[in-house]
Amino acid sequence: MVVQLNNKNPGKTMNHYKPLVTAAAVLLASVLSSAAAVAKEDPIRVGIMLPFSGVYAALGDAGRNGLKLALEQNADKLHGRTIEYIEMDTEARPDRAPEIATALMSQKDADFIVGPVHSGVAMGMLKVLRNKKPIMIIPNAGANVATGPWCAPNVFRTSFSAWQPSYPMGQVALDKGYKKVVTMSWNYSFGKESLDAFEESFSKGGGKVLKKILVPFPKTEFQSYITEIAALKPDAVFVFFAGGGAVKFVKDYNAMGLSGKIPLLGSGFLTEGTLAAQGNAAEGIVTGLHYADELDIPANHRFRAAYAAEFGKDADLYGVQGFDTGLLIAQAVDKLNGNISDRDALIQVMEDAVIPSPRGEFHFSKAHNPIQTIYLRTVENGVNKVTGIAAEALEDPARGCRSN
Amino acid sequence: MDFAIFLVQLLNGLQYGLLLFLIASGLTLVFGVMGILNLAHGSMYMVGAYLAWYFTLHTDSFLLGALLSAVIALALGIVIEKTLICRLYKRNHLDQVLLTIGMIFVFNALQSLLWGNDSLGVDVPELLSGSIQLTELVAYPVYRLFVAVLCLVLAAGLYLLINRTRLGMLIRAGESNREMVECLGIDINRLYTIVFGAGVMLAALAGVISAPIASIVPGMGEHVLITCFVVVVIGGMGSIKGAFVAALMVGIVDTFASVLFPAVSSMVVYILMAVILLIKPQGLFSN
Repeated sequence: MVVQLNNKNPGKTMNHYKPLVTAAAVLLASVLSSAAAVAKEDPIRVGIMLPFSGVYAALGDAGRNGLKLALEQNADKLHGRTIEYIEMDTEARPDRAPEIATALMSQKDADFIVGPVHSGVAMGMLKVLRNKKPIMIIPNAGANVATGPWCAPNVFRTSFSAWQPSYPMGQVALDKGYKKVVTMSWNYSFGKESLDAFEESFSKGGGKVLKKILVPFPKTEFQSYITEIAALKPDAVFVFFAGGGAVKFVKDYNAMGLSGKIPLLGSGFLTEGTLAAQGNAAEGIVTGLHYADELDIPANHRFRAAYAAEFGKDADLYGVQGFDTGLLIAQAVDKLNGNISDRDALIQVMEDAVIPSPRGEFHFSKAHNPIQTIYLRTVENGVNKVTGIAAEALEDPARGCRSN
Repeated sequence: MDFAIFLVQLLNGLQYGLLLFLIASGLTLVFGVMGILNLAHGSMYMVGAYLAWYFTLHTDSFLLGALLSAVIALALGIVIEKTLICRLYKRNHLDQVLLTIGMIFVFNALQSLLWGNDSLGVDVPELLSGSIQLTELVAYPVYRLFVAVLCLVLAAGLYLLINRTRLGMLIRAGESNREMVECLGIDINRLYTIVFGAGVMLAALAGVISAPIASIVPGMGEHVLITCFVVVVIGGMGSIKGAFVAALMVGIVDTFASVLFPAVSSMVVYILMAVILLIKPQGLFSN
């Protein structure tokens, strides 16, 4: 309407509306100045984009619990500011991600957007949020791209890249004397990135990948693939599966009589949060991950005790990653004395942050991915026992990241 | 692929196909007799698996857990038919789709509230936990063989029920002409209740016996539903015999495709369906 009027008769419109415009400007200025005055009392808006229903619901719950626990424990560091949570269920559906991310950014004016679990959802979020105002913190999704080609100043990750837990496992396999290995995962980016990272170090050291088996996602009928593994007779098998798929794969592998004959190695997710359901079938599986429930450091003991007391259940990896996301937010707000309106300053203090994580202290790489230790774990009596360190202070190569 | 491995793969395919049949049979039965397309059929499979987990945990017996689950599923089916589905008979398919999709959401929410969102598992019953050594490396789990045999027995039972009993006669009559059945003084509503209850029980039973070899997770019903529809469509909507043949086809084709053509394996069963529908647009054994 206004545009039309201006086009037809700009002079008249200007004159006609001048008093109104002036009044509006005065009003706006007064609103703005009072807004600046109360900025420190306004709540910090934290958008949460996690799956609270569907396959990854348990991971979403844990991430949210961890996040809230950290911000609650550090409430005194927020300089009087409160946290307003805006929770959105992603249902782990990539197609909904852009819409929800846009709503959190534009309608809810979120300062931080924490999410997601699923790498596909992460891609959808990144498309919307890269280089925009809200700070996006990924508490799980490990797709390399988020801190690789699609890295951005306002995108941080407190979890891991797909590359990190798998790359050291190639050397682990070589050290155990395995020369021919079959690799297997679901046919999606995270799975393929995990297998590629393993193969990168394994081939470099002279090992040979006999076959890379990629199962259509989310198929869990593994019988034919396991039979094929038996036909290929490799020295060992390296797999990435998570959640329900990990439970099913490990049980099927054992039931087909292969465990104990062809050793199973994996990215840590194979035995993370799944051991109760996998039962005896998981015994002896060797994995690499940036955390283990049993990790014997004070920060982990304190975290696990607090988490259990607050939520009445044991903490897991996803709780840790949510917790660290909360620690990062609290630390940044503290450093800026509660005033996070200067976005560049906010990003700067986040880049400099050192997170006293239950997984061990870590800081961020240039691409905003944790530089962290990958632990070697073996399943013994139903727990992931830490048997050593697969790689110390491992930094993701961040291939393709230029903008940071 | 040497011959021994080929045989193991064939066994894998047959066993998968038989399980698919058990899941799909209830769906096709309900559609054939009642003309109701129950999209919440996969949820019944999920409910079966969760019930089996819950009762096995609390009774320490898989058999007892399975029986309790089956009875509860039957009762659940009857209640759903009496309260919800019975309102749909005079309405169009779109209303059926809306209601049964709604039921998927309700069951998913109930699952989350009642049992949480963790991945759960049921141990294979002690008696069936062994395995048979087939080749030097490969052993075949006894439980999977047991599942195959059980599915075969249930298939035979369904065949006999439908072709040799009075109830089966009514079911067949209801399929071909429901007005005539009513005119003959048969209470068609009661028949519908029984058939729907049986359909739900079959899906839940499939969930129960898959529980020890599947992972029990939120959303497990939706994954199975799609494959189930492929089976029912290939076999001919409403045909139990068709579902049986189609399930075995899908099981075997999927198994071999995943080894021989891994790059396109996720498409192969849909290609199979498309080809069959080109030749027989109503499916293999349509009524």
